[in-house]
Amino acid sequence: MKISYAWLRDYLKLSLPADELAEKIERTAVEVDGVIRPSEGLKKVVVGHVLECVPHPDSDHLHICQVDVGEADPIQIVCGAPNVAAGQNVIVALPNSWIGNHTKIKRSKMRGEVSNGMLCALDELGFDEKLVPKEVADGIFILPADAKPGEPVFSYLGMDDEIIDMSVTPNRGDMLSMNGTAHELAAIYDQTPTMPTVDLTESSDDLADDDLDVTVQADEHDVPMYKMRLIKNVTIKPSPLWLQIRIWNAGMRPINNVVDATNYILMQYGQPLHAFDYDKLDGGKVNVRLAKAGEKLTTLDGEERDLLPTDLVICSNDQPICLAGTMGGLDTEVTDQTTDIALEGAIFDAVKIRKTAHNHGLHSEASMRYERGIDHSATQTALDAAAAMIADLGAGTVANGTVIGRDEDVQPVVVDITLTRINHVLGTELTADAVADIFRRLDFPTTVNDDTFTVTIPARRWDIHIPADLIEEVARLYGYDNLPATLPTGQPTIGKLNETQQAIRDSRKLMESAGLTQAISYSLTTETKAKAFAMHASEVTKLDFPMSSERSALRLNLISGLLDDLAYNIARKEQDVALYEEGRVFFSQPEQVRPKEVEHLAGAITGSLVPAEWGVAAKPMDFYQIKGIVAGYLKSLALADAVTYVASADHADMHPGRTADIYVGDQLVGFVGQVHPTTAKAYKVRETYVFELDLTTLIALPKERQQYQPISKFPSITRDVAMLIDDEITNAQVVDLITSKGGAHLQTVKLFDVYNGKHVPEGKKSLAYTLTYQDQNATLVDDDVTKAFEKVLSALTEEFGAEIR
Amino acid sequence: MSLQDRLTELRDQGLADIKSADVLKKVNQVKVDLLGKKGPITEVLRGMRDLTPEERPKVGAYANEVRDKLQTAIDHRREELEQAAVNKQLAAEKIDVTLPGRDVPQGQPHVITQIITELEDLFIGMGYQIVDGDEVEEDYYNFERLNLPKDHPARDMQDTFYITKDVLLRTQTSADQPRSLENHDFSKGPLKVLSPGRVYRRDTDDATHSHQFHQIEGLVVDKHITMADLKGTLTLVANTLFGDQFEVRLRPSYFPFTEPSVEADVTCFNCNGKGCAVCKQTGWIEVLGAGMVHPRVLEMSGIDPEVYGGFAFGLGPDRFAMLKYGVDDIRNFYLNDVRFLSQFYKKG
Ligand SMILES: [Zn+2]
Repeated sequence: MKISYAWLRDYLKLSLPADELAEKIERTAVEVDGVIRPSEGLKKVVVGHVLECVPHPDSDHLHICQVDVGEADPIQIVCGAPNVAAGQNVIVALPNSWIGNHTKIKRSKMRGEVSNGMLCALDELGFDEKLVPKEVADGIFILPADAKPGEPVFSYLGMDDEIIDMSVTPNRGDMLSMNGTAHELAAIYDQTPTMPTVDLTESSDDLADDDLDVTVQADEHDVPMYKMRLIKNVTIKPSPLWLQIRIWNAGMRPINNVVDATNYILMQYGQPLHAFDYDKLDGGKVNVRLAKAGEKLTTLDGEERDLLPTDLVICSNDQPICLAGTMGGLDTEVTDQTTDIALEGAIFDAVKIRKTAHNHGLHSEASMRYERGIDHSATQTALDAAAAMIADLGAGTVANGTVIGRDEDVQPVVVDITLTRINHVLGTELTADAVADIFRRLDFPTTVNDDTFTVTIPARRWDIHIPADLIEEVARLYGYDNLPATLPTGQPTIGKLNETQQAIRDSRKLMESAGLTQAISYSLTTETKAKAFAMHASEVTKLDFPMSSERSALRLNLISGLLDDLAYNIARKEQDVALYEEGRVFFSQPEQVRPKEVEHLAGAITGSLVPAEWGVAAKPMDFYQIKGIVAGYLKSLALADAVTYVASADHADMHPGRTADIYVGDQLVGFVGQVHPTTAKAYKVRETYVFELDLTTLIALPKERQQYQPISKFPSITRDVAMLIDDEITNAQVVDLITSKGGAHLQTVKLFDVYNGKHVPEGKKSLAYTLTYQDQNATLVDDDVTKAFEKVLSALTEEFGAEIR
Repeated sequence: MSLQDRLTELRDQGLADIKSADVLKKVNQVKVDLLGKKGPITEVLRGMRDLTPEERPKVGAYANEVRDKLQTAIDHRREELEQAAVNKQLAAEKIDVTLPGRDVPQGQPHVITQIITELEDLFIGMGYQIVDGDEVEEDYYNFERLNLPKDHPARDMQDTFYITKDVLLRTQTSADQPRSLENHDFSKGPLKVLSPGRVYRRDTDDATHSHQFHQIEGLVVDKHITMADLKGTLTLVANTLFGDQFEVRLRPSYFPFTEPSVEADVTCFNCNGKGCAVCKQTGWIEVLGAGMVHPRVLEMSGIDPEVYGGFAFGLGPDRFAMLKYGVDDIRNFYLNDVRFLSQFYKKG
């Protein structure tokens, strides 16, 4: 809502700078987007009187004008506007002046003739094209005859005004009007506003009821009030300049005297009004109802619209002529030929209007106000004021009486509140007098009984109906700056992270200390990426109405997002990237719309974790390094059951020979491996290693009950074994066998070499392990260890055909 | 030559040999040669058999003296040479300590996580529980229970991603607050919760809009919670994130789930309130929305608003990070450019 400071002064005695006023509004009522000064940046733009205007000898459209700009001699200006003529007062941009869009005007020559400046149209002064009246859009603007040559033009165009651009919150619909804003400022500055009065003269000859027949079929909820007035013998013409100024400074385009009058009253009272060309109404018959499926209406903007059964429509003889509260119909529009006006003042249901505006994409000044509420007590006054204004501007007469389609008995709301309650909620120690004074400033009639205020809320403040609303009024007018700052008292509570939250935090730290940086990717992705890398099959949760396919489905995995992140970095020449993400994935649940939200932890690494440095070559990431990161992380969880890695070729997007599913006991908790080269190419990443873990499951798994193990006082004995063995036999199989055959004192089995290079026969590999034996209670005898070790060796030979070396 | 003279001669010769030994090996050789079992001193001592009983102790004492002297000299020389050897080795091992150290891989938390963690810790210290609601929520909890019925004009403020008519991606983390309210046992004390998390809005991504961002919302409900308590709490938030010298000012706003509703501004950290481009010359920066819990919200959760009341606040870590670090494009938070992520190095 754009509030003209000049207009406000019709109501209130205000002399403070506009910036201070704006600041006060922002601190007490609603947000202010800024103060607009239309003449800001403009210089040396003055009134000129065209003394002489002759055609340019070398041009078919230019004119050479001699213009009086208040100096001793007139100046010559060449002008191309079609409407320039001698005797006019015009806008002159003098040499070295600044006009709109930071444009500087200089003395120039046009086809050989000197031009000492420029005659201006409104848009050249920075007017938004949408606000320039159509009749002056194609030429220079003609100033009133009494404008004084040489004076700055700004005061003649309302450009010296300051306009406060308020961003009105949905609850303060009352401030979408000059009257409402004036009441608000009156409360803030403790003034009594001078409210506009209506000076309506009704014709004694004509009775509106004779010519108009209004019925409302829609129910009282949808249309609580519907009234019309009739104004006859109106001459349609442009509005006087003062009105045009108010209209364009309010951010609207002046149209003609009738439309401008309804818009002016809309701004003043916040009451939307609609003017119909009476002669286009079928016998003056008007009815209001919900539209029927299949009905059509061509609106003012020329669009034929299919009406919906939720649209309230105004009909003439049951034919839709207007979308109620939203936009009028083309057929009944006021034109230059119109003489009689049927003027509507009505209240429509906010939700109905909201739906109509939304469904037809028609958001107007009227619909916005209907959606946020209307002062029901002002509808008749606004209708009267508009009728009087139309009659006045168009030299017409207002027919006697208002035609009532439906009326409403508007009752004020009464709210009781205690002083104790106010201070209890605000944490203040306000006195009864201080609170009573605030209600007085708001002009809310109040009676006080002991601790209780009984407050009558005028209809113009329909946002107030419960005690909490009154507390807000007190708080903001008392001033939030005056509130003390304390902390909640009362029973102390313990704050701490729960097990899951703590585990998530710990997981993040461990990932970071392993060298991975935290990424936060988008949860919404393509359906394909959402499904890729999924740990188990699931339907994808899709948006009903996505904005793009790129962001249409909720992810089932974190890796695809990380690969996108890697690709972004690689495209920017970052070769070594190690990222992890902790976040939700969304698995579908049978019979439910809402998916199961599972916390996952995933990592993706390309290049080297430690890049090449002086004297040290880079160590490119490989399967075993990322597996080491995962294993180290899992170890930190102190899981009760053993972690195993099982080769898996089942992940379509993973390298079939370099991927392991990870189990804790029998529970699948994730996988680790290399991204399938084809997939990597599709994501535009290089060789990349990834893992994804189901954190929710990991957190829920039983944890090892940790207890101190005495450290053996007796020495340990080690034995090394190296063997040639078939390629097909895995390290896990070998370790399992050694462990099962190792005897009671075997403590650890550690792989120390894998070799399949020179001197190793085809299809074989060489593995070497160190076995450590120790007894908790005695020194081991060498012979015993040798016996146990030989058992292992023969088992390896017998079961795996290992050739011990 | 008397035995004494012989000893003296051996002593002087020995000392000279020790002095001239320039490597440990030579010192050891001198020791063996002089003091060994077959050495000249032993030989002298053997010759004492021929001495008179009066002379014997004298020569014996003198022999011991010479032997000690030589031993001391050998030890001394040995130390000297060892020290010299160490010094030589150290000199040879000198390196350029200004060459860069070896990198140990170290990742770091996302800047938004840093802000969320910082605030979580602040509120945990004040006795708050951290609550993680679902990101896919029912319209009923996300809107209706927060006093935003269908067709409420304030729903325009939040364009929403719907899955179905009744299920959506939460637009605010306070979507979980009705559940907190209805599940809380007030006989055990006040409800104090902080809900950080991801939220979604139907917005086209650009420098200042993101369809995914984060929110932290707080809720306190007890028998006597005041707006002054809200102001004090928000001041603490500002001081934690920006510094102690920052002030908070409240101004009226509108949220359907609070009444009164306020917007909180913090002194501009860039100009300390003098006015600059960051704060659009106002000296203040809008950082969060807050208010006293609307009685309807309490009622809908089965809590008597005559007895209980509270405050709620919500802030955006993305916006905080943008303000605090001068980040000019919100998309940076979700593109995960390592050159961006690595700029905010801080412990989690
Ligand atoms: Zn600033």
